[in-house]
Amino acid sequence: MRVTLRGTRGSLSSPGPDTVRYGGNTSCVELIGDAGTALVLDAGTGIRQLSGLLPKGLKRIDILLTHLHMDHIQGLGFFGPLHNPAVEVHVWGPASTTQNLSARLKRYLSPPLFPVRVSDLASKPIFHEVPCEDVDIGEFRVASALVCHPGPTVGYRITAPNGRVVTYMPDHEPALGVLKFPSLPRAWTSGAGLAENSDLLIHDSQYTNAEYATRFGWGHSTVEHMLEFAKLAEVRKLVPFHHDPEHSDVTLDRMFEDAIQKAKPAYQVVPGLEGASFEV
Amino acid sequence: MPPARRVLLSCVALGSLREKCSGGAAISAQKSIELILARQLASCLAMPVGIVDAEGTLVYYNEQAEEVLDQRFDETGDMKASEWTAFFAVEDLERKPVPVEQWPLVLAYKEQRAVSQIVWLRCRDDAWLNISFTAFPLIGQHGRFEGAMTIFWEI
Repeated sequence: MRVTLRGTRGSLSSPGPDTVRYGGNTSCVELIGDAGTALVLDAGTGIRQLSGLLPKGLKRIDILLTHLHMDHIQGLGFFGPLHNPAVEVHVWGPASTTQNLSARLKRYLSPPLFPVRVSDLASKPIFHEVPCEDVDIGEFRVASALVCHPGPTVGYRITAPNGRVVTYMPDHEPALGVLKFPSLPRAWTSGAGLAENSDLLIHDSQYTNAEYATRFGWGHSTVEHMLEFAKLAEVRKLVPFHHDPEHSDVTLDRMFEDAIQKAKPAYQVVPGLEGASFEV
Repeated sequence: MPPARRVLLSCVALGSLREKCSGGAAISAQKSIELILARQLASCLAMPVGIVDAEGTLVYYNEQAEEVLDQRFDETGDMKASEWTAFFAVEDLERKPVPVEQWPLVLAYKEQRAVSQIVWLRCRDDAWLNISFTAFPLIGQHGRFEGAMTIFWEI
C-alpha cells in the first residue's frame, strides 16, 4: 500500500514561509492499496487537494475520521468526491454517548457554520460508527479502538492482504495521569495494543516537554512520549504527526533531532512532512 | 449457604453477564480506554479503589486499597471473581452475613447500577473493618459495559 501525508498540522492550519516543508494543512492521510482500495484518514484541510489526486475512475472512497474536532473535519465540505454522485463515499467515525455520527457531523455541515448541508451532498455519504468489530473495507482489514483524547476519539489499524500494518493515531495522550511514561505494560497503555508491531505508525508529536507541562489533558503527546510509545508498541517505522501550529520547520527539525539523539530508537523515525509518501 | 457455594453462585452470575455485555473490537490483550483511564484516576486518588473488568476479574486496586486489604497488587496481580470474592467476608451493621451476590461491587457489576452501603469487612488478617462501600458500573461508548469500580474506606 502507498501512504501519503496530505496534511500534517494539528489544531489549526498554519500556512506560511515558516511551515513550507512540514506543511500547514491539518490532518489528512491518503492510503491506496495494491488492488486500488482508497482510504482517507481524517478530513482536515489537507483533504481538499486530494480531490484532484485520487486515481481516476474511483467508484468508492472510505473516509475514516478519528474524531470530530475541527482540524480533522474542516476539509469535508471541500472534498470533490462528496459532490460527485458517481462516487460512493463511506464516512466512518465515532458517535458520542448521545448523538450518532451523522448528527454530530451535521452540526458542522449546516448553516451557520457551513452553507451546504449533508443532505445536499450529491454522493449521499453513508455513515458508519466506530469503534466496532474489525471490518473489511475493500482489500483492507480495519480495526479501531478508543484512545486517550478529549471526547470520543479512535485510532485505526489498517492491515493489508500481505500482512503489512499501518496504524494512525494523530491525537493521542497515552501519558495522561501517569508520573512516568511508560510505567505500565502494553495492555494498560492507551492505543498500544492497536499499534503493536505496526510497520508504520503515524502518531501525535505535538508538544515539547516544556509545553506539555502546562497542557496536561489537552489530548496530545510530547515527542518523547511518542518515541516511548512506539518503542513499547514495537513498531518498525514511526512518523511524527500533528505538529503544533506554533512550531516552524526549524523548530520541528530541532525537536525531532534532539529527541531522536537522546532516545536512540531501534526503529526508523521519519518526520511527517506534507506530501511525504511511504510504500508499506 | 456455605461460603464456597455462595462464591460458586456468584461466579455463575458473573459469567452469564459476560455474554450479555461483552462486545467491541478485540485487539490483542488491550484494556479498554475506560478501564485505562479508571486505573489512572484510581492511582491518583487518596481513597481506596478497586476495578473489575467486564469478565468480573479484579484488574486493579490502588495503594490505598492495598493498605485496607493488606495485599499488594504487584504481588496478587489480576484476581478472577472466584478468587477475590473468596478473599473477603462481609457483614451488615447488625453483623449478619451479606451474601456475595449482595455485595455492592457485585451488585454494581451484575445489575449495572450504583450501590452504596456501610458494612463490616473482613480481609486476610481476620480483622473486621467498618467500611463505607460504594460501587458503580463503568459503561462506555455505545453503552458497552466495561466493568465496575468500587471505592471503600474505613469509617
